[in-house]
Amino acid sequence: MTAAAPEPKANMGRPVPRYDATAKVTGRATYASDMPLDNPAYAFLVTSAIAKGRIDRFDLDDARGVRGVIDIITHENAPKLKEAKLFSNGGYAGTTIQPLKSAEIAHDGQIIAVVIAESYEAAREAASRVKVSYTATAPSASFESAGTTTAAAKGQNAQFKEDPVVGDFAKAFEAAEVKLTASYDTPTQHHNPMELFTTSCAWMGDNLVVYEGSQYVYGLKNGVAEQLGIDADKVRVVNPYVGGGFGSRGSMTPRTAIIAGIAKRLNRPIKLVPTRDQGFTIATYRAETRHEIKLGASRDGKLVALRHEGAEISSRPDAYCVGGTKTTTRLYACPNIESLVSIVRADRNTPGFMRSPPEVPYLFALESAMDELAVKLNMDPVELRRINDTTTEPIGGKPYTSRSLMACFDEAAKAFGWSQRSPQARSMSDGDWLLGYGCAATCYPTQMAPSAARVRLQRDGRTRVEVAGHEIGTGAYTVIAQTAAERLGVPLEKVAVFLGDSDLPPAPVAGGSNSTASTCSVVMMVCDQIRQRLFKAVMPSDSIADKAKETVGISPAPSTRAAKGDRPLDIEKAFDALGVGVVEEYGEWKPEGAPLDSFRALHAGQPRFVGGHQMKDKIAYAFGAEFVEVRVNRFTHEIRCPRLVGAFAAGRIINPRTARSQLMGGLIWGMSSALLEATEVDERNARYVNDNLADYLVPVNADVPGVEVIMLSEQDDHINPVGAKGLGELANVGTNAAICNAIYHATGQRIRSLPVRLENIEV
Amino acid sequence: MRSFSYRRASDPDMAVRALSAAAAANNPLTKATAQPLAGGTTLIDLMKLDVMRPAAVVDINPLAHAWSAIEPDGEALRLGALAKMSDVAAHAEIRRSYPVIADSLRLAASAQLRNMATLGGNVMQRTRCSYFRDVSYENCNKRNPGSGCAAMDGVNRMHAVLGTSDQCIATYPGDFAQALIALDAVVEITGKAGTRSMPFAQLHKAPGSTPEIETTLQPGELISAFSIQGRWPRSVYLKARDRQSYEFALSSAAVALDVQDGTIRDARVALGGVATVPWRAREAEALLKGEKFDEALAQRVAHAAFADARGRRHNSFKIGLGRRVVARALQQAVTMEI
Repeated sequence: MTAAAPEPKANMGRPVPRYDATAKVTGRATYASDMPLDNPAYAFLVTSAIAKGRIDRFDLDDARGVRGVIDIITHENAPKLKEAKLFSNGGYAGTTIQPLKSAEIAHDGQIIAVVIAESYEAAREAASRVKVSYTATAPSASFESAGTTTAAAKGQNAQFKEDPVVGDFAKAFEAAEVKLTASYDTPTQHHNPMELFTTSCAWMGDNLVVYEGSQYVYGLKNGVAEQLGIDADKVRVVNPYVGGGFGSRGSMTPRTAIIAGIAKRLNRPIKLVPTRDQGFTIATYRAETRHEIKLGASRDGKLVALRHEGAEISSRPDAYCVGGTKTTTRLYACPNIESLVSIVRADRNTPGFMRSPPEVPYLFALESAMDELAVKLNMDPVELRRINDTTTEPIGGKPYTSRSLMACFDEAAKAFGWSQRSPQARSMSDGDWLLGYGCAATCYPTQMAPSAARVRLQRDGRTRVEVAGHEIGTGAYTVIAQTAAERLGVPLEKVAVFLGDSDLPPAPVAGGSNSTASTCSVVMMVCDQIRQRLFKAVMPSDSIADKAKETVGISPAPSTRAAKGDRPLDIEKAFDALGVGVVEEYGEWKPEGAPLDSFRALHAGQPRFVGGHQMKDKIAYAFGAEFVEVRVNRFTHEIRCPRLVGAFAAGRIINPRTARSQLMGGLIWGMSSALLEATEVDERNARYVNDNLADYLVPVNADVPGVEVIMLSEQDDHINPVGAKGLGELANVGTNAAICNAIYHATGQRIRSLPVRLENIEV
Repeated sequence: MRSFSYRRASDPDMAVRALSAAAAANNPLTKATAQPLAGGTTLIDLMKLDVMRPAAVVDINPLAHAWSAIEPDGEALRLGALAKMSDVAAHAEIRRSYPVIADSLRLAASAQLRNMATLGGNVMQRTRCSYFRDVSYENCNKRNPGSGCAAMDGVNRMHAVLGTSDQCIATYPGDFAQALIALDAVVEITGKAGTRSMPFAQLHKAPGSTPEIETTLQPGELISAFSIQGRWPRSVYLKARDRQSYEFALSSAAVALDVQDGTIRDARVALGGVATVPWRAREAEALLKGEKFDEALAQRVAHAAFADARGRRHNSFKIGLGRRVVARALQQAVTMEI
């Protein structure tokens, strides 16, 4: 075993290598824009240079003069498309701002023209020669701008159902022995997945194939069909590999139907590869947020009052919000809680999911405030969490299905060496560097959604698993293969998995960290259907078969004692008894408590999530604790983070290797969201300024020399058949607070605004 | 990106001819229709961004056999303009006798870029000003003379506080140039009339009222070498930046000292990340000469270096930062083991 492939503990599977490792490192994995097309034309986007106003006219003569240009599509000649309804209103789209529909401009970088040419180079050159005359009006860029409108999230966003409240906050806060009021804010961030927002569309008669990196092939298929006004059965979305999603590919963007419409008109496949900077405005992003936290506590550290008010930026037409108060009001025991989330509308593209959408900004506020409270109480911040730990969430009084928060704190503290910390701020240093240790809790709701799968078993043990799930880099192929191999008792190398194709049985969006729980649960169920058939075929009675199929494996090796039910089943014998060469089963699974329309919605590309605080009689979250060492240079004020240690408990870990990789990436992103990542918005014109990977800072290897991931053994039988809690979005939560808490410890300076730059340090 | 023709230079004459043939009078070098290609790490970027639109690209890499030597001879140093950043940074004698050069190169860019980029191209790299690099902004005096400056009141955290004008505040982004200007390097230029030499300090031009003119090179001229007199083992390059690698300086200092018996005989201080051009802080240097070093002196020097600095909304912090960087770099240079 190695650091990359940790020794499995109880309730963990084997750290087998990635199913797709060889394909990826040899470049054989085909991403959407790698798919060969027959005689494609190439598209290049022209995007708006203003954020608000209208296009007066285009001058296209120069552009049309470029050799190889086929057509230039603007609002004046674009294919007519139907409305794109927002995903939160029963549609599929991440924005209702539909480009190329009129001369109006709703945000910076909106698509205003598409150049089609015989080559990518010609399309790009012609795009640079498109001249546009605008009438610009002053846009509202963000919180500080004039002209924004603010309203409560509740009532305008169908997915934001409640502002959680319990007890009497005002009275309890007034009477509290120790009080804290503090404001925090988080910046705009963009996902910047390695794979650009490409789309290729090819028609065969009335049938359309879309090659596009998507986290939801069924959503995209149905959404594109709706916009084109055709039957969803005519659309197929294919993407066996996705080059990172992080939420950016969870909902449909306008580009897909536009390219499909143009390809139809041209009667030729079209390939679009937008640029990195266009990705900042043609897809979604994490909007900036503001928070005010009020905490009241008794002298011994017990929380008596908690209030969390959040405000988030969204676009003019769409009421997107993440509303993280659903989590921050339920993390700690507290009898009096109040919360409010507001949406502030500005002239921006519509924001959307970005890895742990609610928890990253909202836990930054709460976990920073908890640290501030610990300082006020002169208490170890770990102990403050312990005092307020709970097995039931305070809003509805429902029990957590399992909660290993303090076990995570204790394990991570030990590995980190927290006991070496001198509690006083600014009391540790090493040469030119002030040292700080900080910690924070992380949590993420455990979510599941209905899913379908097809499994086919051959006499020789070869197995084929089909599910329209998504390999976004998380290890989906690997954990699905492991689940099928284990359940059927066949060797792992005999299992082939097919994902990323909307012709396969439907799976939910790869979002909300539900994929492993949902797809592995259905694969388990369908494998059991196969076992059922095989065992019934060879067992002397149904009752022996029912008992045996729960406990014994299947083996291609003949066994004389199989019939007694305590040796692996002889596949050959079972197939002979059935008189078939192949056993194939299809099944649809839905989690306990899923709504009645689950399976209709599953095929229609609309996920029906169950989990988190929305379960009946219980609440399910994964937990973790993160500890960081921060160094602040006395002279340059540079801030570095040489050590990140996280301990996490997330139910069954199917593959410790891929799980560790997810958690490690999360810790790194968490650090990044505290110290590096921010999209700069020019407030004069509501435009993104640093829209490239040179200026939008993400960590390089030298920024993360020490990352340690600890996975705790945890068993939870109350969540889903596989017993797994999603962990893809667990580790990048709370890190931002841990970093600021460590900066406070290093310098004595509390920083409540992200990202922290060296100019924010006043040593 | 626009279509362009590509030619490989067979020898310096051919390169110079190809570049000067396309030159037009009264056109700044950066707008010349033929551009030389070395490592390509800046030119290709700017072409893809449509900031530079040369009709012809002349690949000068074939000249490397003549123009990439690294020649320290104990008393002086000569560096060919086509030497790769990584080769110079790793050269044992450069690291020993000119640590400020080795470190300025080692701390720049990424390993991949340092393997591609050449010294000549490095000093000619153009500003990272976001508004300059985004042609959807009309108002950039450097790109469109007379159009205004979007950075002046925009997102200008990375911008310059020294050498600015009311036309342009774009920062010179490089690191190596600070080492060159500090060490009084001479730049050798090959042109139609053969080679000429001038102080490196005269290569770059502050923006003034003509920010589109960035250097004194004429179209058809190529940098062929740099040379430095003497050895500077007591020299450092200190660079403050947002991340630990692959990032431009927010503030940097190239410091070289000649200290004998505790007295500073000669001192060189150059500043990066804070100025529109490679910046020599001569007033600051003057305070050091003939003095014994202490912290108070370091502070006076640091303040003198930024006496004329002018901050704007998002970059004023660079003045305080720059002073601390200079003071710390001086301290490091004084105490370093040589």
